[in-house]
Amino acid sequence: MREQLFNSPTNSLLTVLSVWLLLMAIPALFDWAFMQAKFSAQSGQECRQVEGACWAFIGEKHRLILFGTYPYAEQWRPLLAVVALVALLLLSTWRKLWNIWLLLVWVVGMTIVGVLMWGGVLGLTYVENSLWGGLPVTLILATFGIALAFPFGVVLALGRRSNMPAIKTLCVTYIELIRGVPLISLLFMSSVMLPLFLPEGMTIDKLLRALIAIVMFAAAYVAETVRGGLQAIPKGQYEGADSLGLTYWQQMRLIILPQALKIVIPPLVSIFIAMFKDTSLVVIIGIFDLTLAAKAALTDPAWQGFGVEVYIFISAIYFVFCYSMSKYSQALERRLSTGHER
Amino acid sequence: MPRKPGSSRKIWNDPKFRSVIYQILAILFVAGGIWYLVSNTLHNLSARNIATGFDFLTREAGFAIGEGIIDYTPADTYSTALTVGLLNTLRAAVIGIFLATILGTIIGIARLSSNWLISKLASVYVEVMRNIPLLLQLFFWYAIISESFPGPRQAYNPIPGVFLSNRGLKMPTLEGAGVTWILGGLFLAIVLTLVLANWARRRQERTGEIFPVLKPALVLFIACPLVAWFISGADLALNVPELKGFNFRGGMTITPEFAALLLGLVIYTAAFIAEVVRSGIQSVGKGQWEASSALGLKRGLILRLVVLPQALRVIIPPMTSQYLNLTKNSSLAVAIGYPDIVSVVNTTLNQTGQAIEGIMIIMAAYLTVSLSISVFMNWYNKRIALVER
Repeated sequence: MREQLFNSPTNSLLTVLSVWLLLMAIPALFDWAFMQAKFSAQSGQECRQVEGACWAFIGEKHRLILFGTYPYAEQWRPLLAVVALVALLLLSTWRKLWNIWLLLVWVVGMTIVGVLMWGGVLGLTYVENSLWGGLPVTLILATFGIALAFPFGVVLALGRRSNMPAIKTLCVTYIELIRGVPLISLLFMSSVMLPLFLPEGMTIDKLLRALIAIVMFAAAYVAETVRGGLQAIPKGQYEGADSLGLTYWQQMRLIILPQALKIVIPPLVSIFIAMFKDTSLVVIIGIFDLTLAAKAALTDPAWQGFGVEVYIFISAIYFVFCYSMSKYSQALERRLSTGHER
Repeated sequence: MPRKPGSSRKIWNDPKFRSVIYQILAILFVAGGIWYLVSNTLHNLSARNIATGFDFLTREAGFAIGEGIIDYTPADTYSTALTVGLLNTLRAAVIGIFLATILGTIIGIARLSSNWLISKLASVYVEVMRNIPLLLQLFFWYAIISESFPGPRQAYNPIPGVFLSNRGLKMPTLEGAGVTWILGGLFLAIVLTLVLANWARRRQERTGEIFPVLKPALVLFIACPLVAWFISGADLALNVPELKGFNFRGGMTITPEFAALLLGLVIYTAAFIAEVVRSGIQSVGKGQWEASSALGLKRGLILRLVVLPQALRVIIPPMTSQYLNLTKNSSLAVAIGYPDIVSVVNTTLNQTGQAIEGIMIIMAAYLTVSLSISVFMNWYNKRIALVER
């Protein structure tokens, strides 16, 4: 205690100062969040009487926030889809399962998610994806985004390391261009420019357009990370593969990529976390993800003025996902690094 | 495949030939794709009667912009409006980078503190801020300012002349001819301090004697503006904001939008910068700490003289990408209504329909800013590395 908190005058001062700050902040926060808070109310009017938080608002609107405008009676379907997606993600964290079967599990899982969300088969009513919203949209954008961006990014990274000047230039231009601009500009591009790019009469769904922008953006970042992994592979490995007479693609598939990807798993998880957070930007082009659903809940005239509560609720959801991912990546890093110690 | 002796050397088995073919195919593929998109676009544009080109820049914009550094009215041209937007972006980015660096460095060092409480608080800060999307944080701060702060009539008044309300932060400003003189004096003080520091460093390298720079610098920073103030004839007045009717008059305003954007950007980026600083400091071997404390240096001096100069080499490259991220993230301003370049272009685009030109302007603006930051940081990185070895 003395060693850790009061080992020098400066440290004692800092300790006292931060304890004082905590004593000021925590009881006040506790008061606001629990003691003075209203957990059930008929309307926002009742909530305005009290000083504390209005959690009744979350209770009233949680289905709108979590599932957006999905038909009310059918909301068990997006709920199941979210459970399925989370189960898939959890399953993928289990290293024993990292083989070709996992791919199959994903294909099956995504089919189930698709059937649940769209319906139209097995007696489920059809729900078009402009009605989707909330947490499932956030999860779908993030998982599909990374799943599609990953192979694209690997190809870009290989292209950047290629010794064919034309291909190298194309990849470098793409990567640097995309990494130099904000994601918002790509989202704007997908929402206002993509329709101009396509032949007359052909349209792409809004959700898919946003997904294209996210994939294009994430691929550039994946590419740079994978390039780092490729650079870490000693030259002898390439030469060994060459002397075995393997072709370029055999060399990459059997020798280089498995090692390079293993090295960059932790930074790849970080990119996944960043992407998960970045999906919230689709608000700006009007896609009904978790954040926009929260904003929509705020527009109800009977319940206006509880923005802080709703943003804390959404933040908690994002935090649970991102924090567990980052803890997982740290654990993975520790476990993988043992293989490299000599 | 290893070639069997005697097998005929077909030209398509020659790696050089094949690489040329691949490259030609790749270029044809990309060029074909671009040509396809361009031809579709041209067709669509003419079908929808949308003009092309940058002629719209000289036309009257006709929309108001909430705040800006230069004067602007709706009667001005689109190019002026875009300049206002770009300057607003730069203002948020520059102030944001400055504040985030300071806060991030403090938190990064706090995480390594021997004080258990301080290091725990710092790591809670980092984990919470890193794992919540920036956009949500912006909405959160904006909601706090616009919902929880009182209206102008009941504004908080922590210091006389400073008002905190849901219209933003009102502060007194200095007015009169003296302002320019005092700014000039401050600038002179900065230049003189830099010259002095450089001279002191060289003298120390030559003779080993340490010249205390801090005291003369303090004197300079007080004396130069003061002398400038006298030269100007002491022409200086305080413009204090006053409540008139339903809003404040006079003084300087920090709008809720700008405040929310800055709070969000600084608090979010500081968490990442803290991690960069921490890993940089940790990269300096423990033996260095032990050796310096064996020489009798205090902890603060060890950090400043021994550890930080070496850590900077590790810190600068990831710091550069954090600066770039902050600049790019300032584009989220559009979501809370701060008139940055994206927001202005978005309005322009809705009025003129010229989407392609608009997006090109946004991308060009950010590419230019990003490139300038990287060039500057790479130059600094090289300088650090040279001092190092």
